[in-house]
Order: sequence, then structure tokens, then C-alpha cells
Amino acid sequence: MKILVCITNVPDTTSKITFTDNDTKLNKNGVQFIIGPYDDYALARGVELKEQTGGTLTVLHVGEADAEPQIRKALAIGADDAIRVNAEPMDSYFTAVQIADIARQENYDLILMGRESIDYNSGVVHGLVAEMLGISSYSPVMKLDISGNTVTIAREIDGGKEILTANLPLVLGCQEPIAEWKIPNMRGIMTARTKPLKVVEPVSVIEMTEPQHYSLPAPKGACKMIPASEAGTLIRLLQTEAKVL
Amino acid sequence: MAVAEANKIFERSSIRGGEFLIKETQASQIFIPEEFNEEQQMIAATCREFLAKEIWPRLDEIDHAKSPELIASLMDKAGELGLLGTAVPEEYGGFGMNFNTSMLVAEATGAGNSFSVALSAHTGIGTLPILYYGNEEQKSKYLPKLASGEWKAAYCLTEPDSGSDANSAKTKARLSGDGLHYIVNGQKMWITNGGFADVFIVFAKVEENGQTDKNLTAFIIDKTSGGITMNEPEHKMGIKGSDTRQIFFNDCEVPVENMLSERGNGFKIAVNILNIGRIKLAAAALGGAKKVAEQAINYANERKQFGTSIANFGAIKHKIAEMAVGMYATESAAYRVGQNIDDLITAFQAKGMSDSEAKLKALEELAIECAIMKVHGSEVLDFVVDEGVQIYGGMGFSADAPMDRAYRDSRINRIFEGTNEINRMLVVDMLLKRAMKGQLDLMGPAAAVGKEIMSIPDFGADEEETLFAKEKKVIRNLKKAVLMVAGAAVQKFMMKLSEEQEIIMSLADMVIEIYVAESVLLRVEKRIGLLGEERNALQKDLALVYLNRSVEKVNSAGRAAITSFAESDELNVMLMGLKRFTKIEPSNLKNARRRIADELIAKNNYTF
Ligand SMILES: Cc1cc2nc3c(=O)[nH]c(=O)nc-3n(C[C@H](O)[C@H](O)[C@H](O)COP(=O)(O)OP(=O)(O)OC[C@H]3O[C@@H](n4cnc5c(N)ncnc54)[C@H](O)[C@@H]3O)c2cc1C
Repeated sequence: MKILVCITNVPDTTSKITFTDNDTKLNKNGVQFIIGPYDDYALARGVELKEQTGGTLTVLHVGEADAEPQIRKALAIGADDAIRVNAEPMDSYFTAVQIADIARQENYDLILMGRESIDYNSGVVHGLVAEMLGISSYSPVMKLDISGNTVTIAREIDGGKEILTANLPLVLGCQEPIAEWKIPNMRGIMTARTKPLKVVEPVSVIEMTEPQHYSLPAPKGACKMIPASEAGTLIRLLQTEAKVL
Repeated sequence: MAVAEANKIFERSSIRGGEFLIKETQASQIFIPEEFNEEQQMIAATCREFLAKEIWPRLDEIDHAKSPELIASLMDKAGELGLLGTAVPEEYGGFGMNFNTSMLVAEATGAGNSFSVALSAHTGIGTLPILYYGNEEQKSKYLPKLASGEWKAAYCLTEPDSGSDANSAKTKARLSGDGLHYIVNGQKMWITNGGFADVFIVFAKVEENGQTDKNLTAFIIDKTSGGITMNEPEHKMGIKGSDTRQIFFNDCEVPVENMLSERGNGFKIAVNILNIGRIKLAAAALGGAKKVAEQAINYANERKQFGTSIANFGAIKHKIAEMAVGMYATESAAYRVGQNIDDLITAFQAKGMSDSEAKLKALEELAIECAIMKVHGSEVLDFVVDEGVQIYGGMGFSADAPMDRAYRDSRINRIFEGTNEINRMLVVDMLLKRAMKGQLDLMGPAAAVGKEIMSIPDFGADEEETLFAKEKKVIRNLKKAVLMVAGAAVQKFMMKLSEEQEIIMSLADMVIEIYVAESVLLRVEKRIGLLGEERNALQKDLALVYLNRSVEKVNSAGRAAITSFAESDELNVMLMGLKRFTKIEPSNLKNARRRIADELIAKNNYTF
């Protein structure tokens, strides 16, 4: 089985976010980057399925060279080879076009990625890629088993859980508890440097969006304590200040 | 490597142990942690992820465990990741990483409290005696299983009546009638990993015809040998989850082929292995300190009093900055030593030494620096946990908040691997011995300083305006200060100096401060060369604050030493000399500390 796992390169969850270029770009200075946490789950399950089925696993990233340490970490965790599409993605559509282009050439049986990235959190790339390839996609996948050509998936739906079966090929957006995150081991780290990392140029895409302005959420205000005896004040404040009633 | 290149390493100034006191080192000659490559950083990240996933969620459980199974199973997990075999050569199932990488691993695994102690005892004092002194059969039998964690190791040197005075051990080994076994009898104490170890490195004295050897001999003893019993784990102040036992050997039969190295070579093995343990301990302490600093900074940001977060108070900023300065200093010096060890190993190998020989020789050469780092690293950690408790206030005293464990667990580092007193004495003792043997020319420079203090101070031309020119002059002067005091003390007491431990402690403090302050300065200079001045403004602050601290310490230690032996004219001349050699241009250190603290508070972490 040929598996493709797509990973994002995102700021560590504890990073302090600031912007540059008139608030149109993330300020990467001093920010620690990591493999997107949801992608990390996809990768972990991908590695398990590769081992179970005796298949191959390619890891793909659409982004610039500064993501290579994270790509090599994916190789250390167990991917066989890697592809980096050398471009700063403009939006989800751009990324999806690049992934679909590679997938068309390589005919993967299974394309895994996180349910969403944790930077822009659009959560649409899996759907777009599947559409472009004319195959099905499911998200968020919390359990994934494969036997032959049949895939069993469990996912969360509004107010409950759905278990379904589907046939390969598929595109899946993953989340916990699909697998436990894997920590690269020493052997993996040492073999990562010998595994191929291919850099390819992007296919051209019409620019559909352009960020105009980013802003941070307003800082949390101070907490106002209202004595239990003054319920009237509380209601008034909820109406006039918090505007939630 | 060609012999010519090896010679270049040997010729490098201050590569030899203790030479930093009389020679100037170039920034380009030291390694700085910023130079670790991606693979090394990935290894460190693996260690940290392992702690975050397996250890930190279980710290309470580890400390309260009734049996050693939990900690042993966590060692197994570390073994699965390969973390127990980083320093073991590939042909014995390890990963053959160089020394400085194993330092980085020690740092990255150092923040795991009791677990870190178990891990470092296994990979360090447990495994290394076999790696460095074992014969081929012993290495191939034991190393692969120790590297994978299938077997766990303990190191049995200390006894109830033999601690710092390790060569006074009473455990005995006598050859069996058939000559096939040594029969070991004795009692060992404070043995880390004792409760679950499969392999014990045991130091004993061979007894023959009623005569007991003067020197120790080392043995590899399998748990299955029979005749081994042990007490329940010790009740301890800290590292409560680390399994520490008294172990009894009662007619324990050890096959003769399990003698390590030669009869009578045990003390040397013990000393050399502790040597490695010491520098690694500095790295591990640094890892622990960074974690505590992160927690303290987080807390300072969260905790509000008087309507603002306590991180906004100058007194708290001062603490945060002082923590940072200490850690940055340990880090700068520890990896400088680590690389020097690697370079010497390479050079000795090029001269035809075997792998183990070269490693031992390199470590022996830099034993002074290893002892310096043991003292510095453990004392910085103790400072950091103490101020950590203070920043947490009442919560610092709560057993439900993290500072309680950090504070208790830190303390052992000043005791084991040679107490800090023993290590301070070693620093001075080794320096003087090398000087006596003519390996290190301290006498010449000391005499020159003696002359200099009798002459009129040179108010001459200002230093040229190169980077850190003034600070380097300060360092040169600090070296003169210690040479002056040490030279006079040696002249005064000659062979009886060893009885003047107070003076030795002061001399050691001076030497330690000089090595570390110089390392910080060289690191920042190298960083500036790599990244430019603008991105090193805070690093310059760190170097300056540390240098000022060192000047003060050298001054007060020097004064304590001088006043305890010099009198009348000599006293005055030396005090004047000390004053001259501990001069530093005043600068606004409060502002420097604020800048350092503000950065860490904004980043909400230790980020240097
Ligand atoms: C938790 C823990 C784990 C340990 N793990 C191990 C282990 O795995 N294997 C092992 O072999 N040992 C181990 N040890 C033992 C440890 O190395 C010793 O405790 C240490 O070397 C000090 O010896 P001691 O306790 O006998 O103290 P002492 O030697 O009795 O020292 C007491 C005090 O006297 C000072 N002192 C001693 N001699 C001198 C001197 N000549 N001049 C000036 N001052 C001096 C010391 O600095 C100290 O302050 C461990 C100890 C502890 C507490």
C-alpha cells in the first residue's frame, strides 16, 4: 500500500504570535516551529499502517526550506521518503492543488493529514484534495483500520459518533485518538539523513486570496466580581457590557 | 585524521587541562551550543519529548512508588528510544555519538528528577566502566544489553565507612580454592538503581594469604551470582523515586573473568569514571535548572499581587535575570569542555591510541575542568531552585506545587559524584600537581605577577577598541589574581598547603569563576561573529553581569585567602595587587538584568 501523509509546519502551541509587514504576515522571528499536532497523529497512524501492511509512506509538505527540520523529523519517525513543494502557500486552495498534483502522479492508496492545521485552521484541504482527485474524504477520523481494500473509520459527528466503512483510495483528516504521537528514536534519527527528500517546484495556481490584515483577539479583560446579593447589577452588566443577554 | 592535524589540536592554546589560567583562548577555538547541528537537536528534542510524555505526568507516582518496577519500566521505554545507548559504540549496539552529543543528551534528560538520576547512573557510572575498561568479551557480553536497557546497571563504590575516602573501602575479594572465582564479601551503601540492577560494578580489595591489597579492584557482578541481598530503599530528602540501596555481598561468587581491567586498578577506574560523571552532572543540572526557570517565569507572569503580575516587580526581575545568567554561564563552559574532550579524543586517536584509551586520556587531561563544572553546575541549580521557591512564595512551600520537589531533588548534586568540597580540592590539587611535574607552567607566570605587583601599575595606553577588549583585560587580570594568591600560598606552606583547606577552597572558587566567566565571554564573542551584534545585545548583558559577579567573587575569595596567611608588608602588597587585578569599569547592571528578565518574561520561558 502506498501512503501519503501531508504535514504542516506551524508555530509551537505556546508561541507568542506577532505580525509584520503592516500586520499582513506572521512574524516568524524567534518562533519555534513544529509538525502540526493533528498531522502528527496522521503520521503516527500512517507509520503503523505502513508497518502492518508492508507498504510505503511518503511525507509531503508544501512550504519553504525552513520546514526541513520538521520534514526530517517525519522521516525519523518512520516515513520512507519526503517531498517538499517549494512554495509559501497562499491559501488552502493553493496547498490542495499542489498535493493533488503530486497525488495524481503517484497514485497513493491512502492520503492522510490532520483534520486542520493549527495556524489558519481552515480544515478544508482534505476535502479539496479529494474533490480534485475525484475520490472520497472523511474528517475528523478518530479511528482507522484497514483490512484488504476496506477501511473502517470512526469519526465524531454532531452529538455522536459514526462508524463507517469505505474503499480505498481515500483522503482522511485525522485527529486523536487515532494513534499515539510517536517520538523519533535514535535509530530513526540516524537513518533520517540517508532518506531521500525531494524538492519540487509548485504548479502554478491563480491567486485567489490575499491577506489584508491580521489582528490578535482582544486581551482578556479583568474579572469583575459581583456580590451574590446584587443579581440586578449582574443582569444589567450582562446586557449592557457583555451584551450576551 | 592526520598526525599533523592532531598536532594542531595539541598546540591549540588552553586545550590542555588547566592551561586556561596561563593562556588566552580565542573565541573561534571554543564550541558554543548554538553550533549543535540539526541531528543533535533532534536527539535533544526526542529526550525532551520523552520526559514530557512519560516522566512529567508521573513525577508523583515515581516518587511514591513502593517498588522499583515503575522506574525500571520507564528505563525500558527510554531504552526502546535508544536513549541508553547514545555513548556506546555502534559495534556494541549503541549509537556512537561523540562526547558533546552525550552532554547534550544529559542536559535534555536532566529535567526528569528521580528518573534522570536513574538514567544517568545507568548510562554513566553503570555502563562506562565496562565500555572504557572492559576487555572484548566483557564488552560484547554486557554493552549491547546495557545499551538497549535489557540489563540495568549500578555502581557500587561507597560503603558505610568509606565515602569521600573511596580507596578505604573494606569490601574484600578472595580467590576460590579452584581459582575460578573471586569470593566477594562486604557492604555497599547509597547504591543508585540497586533495587533493579542486573549488573553491578563493584569495587573491592583483593585479599591473598591474609594480606589485603592497598588499592581497589573493580569487578562486574551479575545479579544472578548469588550471595547478594539488599535493604529496603533509603528514605531520602529528595530524588525519592530513585532507588537507592544498601547492598550486601555474602560469599558472592564472581567468575575470575569478570575482573575489570587489572588487579589494583580499581581506584583509577573509579576516579576516571567519576570524572566523566562530573561533567555530565553539570549538563544534567543545567537541564533541571532550565525547567525550573521556565516554571518560575510562568508563575511570575501568572501570579498577581498589588494589581499587577509579580513579574513586573524589580525584585522578581532581578531573580529571573540572576537565574538566567548562572545557567547561561554553566552552559557556555560545559559545552566548551565537552568539545575540548572530543577534540583531544580525536587527536589522541590520530596518534595511534585505541578508542577507549583516547577517551580516557582526554578525560584525564581535562579532569580539572570536569571538576570545575561539577561544582558550578550543581551550585547554579541550587541557586535556581532556591529562587524558584521564592518566586512562588507560599506556593513555593506547597508540596502540591512543583518547586517543592525541585528544591529537594536539587540538593543531592552537591553531594554525589564527589562532594563539592572534594571537587574544589581536586581542582587546586590537580593544578598544583601538574605545575610540580612541569606539565603546566604556573610558576613562571606566578613569578611574573609577583614582580608586577611590586612595580608601579601600568596606567598606559587604553586597550584597543576591539570587541570585549576591556572585558578580556579583566579576565587576564583575574588570572593574575589567582596566580598571585596561589603562588604566595604555595611558597608559604609548601607541601603543607593541603592542610590549609580554607585557602584551597578560596583558590578553587577563584579558578572556577575565571574559567566560567571566560567561557561566557568567548561564547558571546563567537555568537556575535556568527549572528552580528544586534542579535546579541542581551547576550552581552549576560556576559557583563556574569563578569561582574566573577570579579566580586574572585575579590572576596582572594581577600579571604590572602588575609589568612599574609602579614604586614606582604599583606598590604597583595591586597593592593588584588585590588588592581579585580578592577572593572562600573556599569548599570540593574538595567542589564532588567533587559534580560524582560525578554524572558515576554517569552514566558528561558530562551537564551
Ligand atoms: C542519593 C544518593 C545516591 C548515591 N549513589 C551512589 C552510587 O550509585 N554509587 C556509589 O558508589 N555511591 C553513591 N552515593 C554515595 C556518594 O557518592 C557519597 O555519599 C559521597 O561521595 C560522599 O560520601 P559520604 O556520604 O561518605 O560523606 P563523607 O565522605 O562522610 O563526607 C561528609 C562531609 O565531609 C566532607 N569531607 C569528606 N572528606 C573530606 C576531606 N578530605 N576534606 C574536606 N572535607 C571532606 C564532605 O565534603 C562532606 O561535606 C550516593 C549517595 C546518595 C546520597
